[in-house]
Amino acid sequence: MTETTKPLAIALENCAKTFADGTKALEPLDMTINAGETIVFLGPSGCGKTTTLRIIAGLETPDTGGKVLFDGIDVTHLPIEQRNVGMVFQSYALFPNMTVAENIGYGLKIRRTPEAQIRARVAEMLAMMRIEKLADRRIDQLSGGQRQRVALARAIAVRPRALLLDEPLTALDAKLRDTLRLEIDSLLRSLQITAIYVTHDQAEAMALGDRIVVMDHGRVAQVGKPRDIYQRPATRFVAEFIGTMNRLSGVVRDGVFACRAGELAWDTAHGNATEVLFRPEDIRIAESQEASGLQGTVAAAFFLGDRTRLFVDVGEAQPLVIESTARRDFSHGETVRLAIDPRGLLVL
Amino acid sequence: MKNRWLFFLQLGFTLLVCAFLIVPVILSILAGLTVNYLVGLESGLTLRWVMEVWNGYRSTIFLSIGISLACLALTLVIGIPAAYVLAKRQTALTRAIEELLVMPVAVPGLATALALIVSYGGLPGFRTSWLFILVGHVLFTLPFMVRSVLAVLSAIDLQTLEEGAASLGATFWQRFFHVVLPNCRTGILAGSLMVVTLSMGEFNMTWLLHTPLTKTLPVGLADAYASLRLEIGSAYTLVFFLMIMPLLLALQAFAKPRTPKFVAEETE
Ligand SMILES: Nc1ncnc2c1ncn2[C@@H]1O[C@H](COP(=O)(O)OP(=O)(O)OP(=O)(O)O)[C@@H](O)[C@H]1O
Ligand SMILES: [Mg+2]
Repeated sequence: MTETTKPLAIALENCAKTFADGTKALEPLDMTINAGETIVFLGPSGCGKTTTLRIIAGLETPDTGGKVLFDGIDVTHLPIEQRNVGMVFQSYALFPNMTVAENIGYGLKIRRTPEAQIRARVAEMLAMMRIEKLADRRIDQLSGGQRQRVALARAIAVRPRALLLDEPLTALDAKLRDTLRLEIDSLLRSLQITAIYVTHDQAEAMALGDRIVVMDHGRVAQVGKPRDIYQRPATRFVAEFIGTMNRLSGVVRDGVFACRAGELAWDTAHGNATEVLFRPEDIRIAESQEASGLQGTVAAAFFLGDRTRLFVDVGEAQPLVIESTARRDFSHGETVRLAIDPRGLLVL
Repeated sequence: MKNRWLFFLQLGFTLLVCAFLIVPVILSILAGLTVNYLVGLESGLTLRWVMEVWNGYRSTIFLSIGISLACLALTLVIGIPAAYVLAKRQTALTRAIEELLVMPVAVPGLATALALIVSYGGLPGFRTSWLFILVGHVLFTLPFMVRSVLAVLSAIDLQTLEEGAASLGATFWQRFFHVVLPNCRTGILAGSLMVVTLSMGEFNMTWLLHTPLTKTLPVGLADAYASLRLEIGSAYTLVFFLMIMPLLLALQAFAKPRTPKFVAEETE
């Protein structure tokens, strides 16, 4: 790869956004994005992901008092065309009046790059995205996946200082989404470019992000590595938005957590709690000779091949979800004894 | 076979409608070429009337072409930016402007013409200039340009396209000329076709706005029909026809939209 531009470090200081109609899309936000990392903004619809991305891109300005810094330099009032950031839109935003090659070369043409160099770079991009055959097609002659590749190629062709992607895969079907997710992942790693990726799909976020920023109602709920976010969620919102969470409510007394399903050994370091949370992989069906203080009845069992997904009723509003690898069948209404890995217990 | 009958019925009907539209044109053309229309074709064919029209009314033809092209230029320069602003800013004000623009079409041409004469008729030199007619034509045709460009602009995601171009470094003017204009090409061409045809054939307003020195083609045609022989009026129509057809055909050829090809999703 012939990327020579140094990756960019981005900082947001006190960036809030209130739209003209009074919508408060973003509460004051501070954030540092390290040079070369891939950071994913994840959150439910309307939580302000796109707004944050657009502030970084220069398509929106933060409310007064907010600052955007590129490598320490204040760019808050620099318009997008002077920021040199590549952007990939959910709707692709490819120019229908140009061919694939012209689309990819457009940014270079604007920069008055010599014709021969444009041709070479466009060819390089086409090869990188494996769309050489499409060079002379018009945009309305491309499929969704092909359009997405052209959009990526167009954004990268100018060697931007950072790449911003707003839900680039949402418009594609599930299978294509998986293929392109892998492609984008290896692309971002080989380019070593600072990338900011917006999505509401947690699997996409986990797969792509060096770090994930979970957002909720215009606020940052948690920032961290995918594993931290999953295993040590900071708030109930994060715990429940990402992956599946089981929940038991009860009280702590005499060194045990007592709930409707029975008792659970309690580490006093957790302090007091009226509710414990844990992931499906931290609970299993107890062996026959194993001591266990918890039990429930099987409400539903789905054999998935490599494992069985069980829904076990323990007298709570929601049944527990258990992924069992036991080589046996489970029948509806069967009583099962449960064992929880104490390392997986969360108190929030 | 029932289908066959249906086919011939449809064919017959289509031919009948065509005949209804085309026969008067042919008769009119023939009338312009006959020595004496009352006697009929046996009086012989002649180019005399055509020459008479050419010598007497040449100036009206050139004036009409000139006015319609000037009108096209002005509506392009005013109409495209206007449509662009209307498409980008959806506020109460822009919607009001959009409605106001249609007024000259809704109000009878005579009323618009009178209003123009009352307001500007006193300006020396202006009243007697062809520019006076041009102003009326621009007022009348502008909404057609704005509307057809606006229709195309509203159908494309203009904002995202422009943001895409901006992210690649394009300034406002580069975005306008590289992305906005080419993508409303079909609207511009359709609008141009309307403007040229309407301006060329406009009579109501022009009849009040014209002076003996600024007679346009339709006004001259009305003159010819009213005061001269039918043959001359018909020859006039023929000349008009020959002048305007190539222009319209050329515009029409440009305005033809591309047909997108369907491409199946490709999964590797
Ligand atoms: N131009 C605007 N004017 C007014 N309100 C806006 C505007 N753009 C966004 N909003 C509002 O700001 C909030 C955050 O929007 P944003 O587009 O950032 O959400 P998002 O997290 O990207 O959601 P999604 O996943 O649906 O794209 C929403 O409540 C939205 O309605
Ligand atoms: Mg969004």
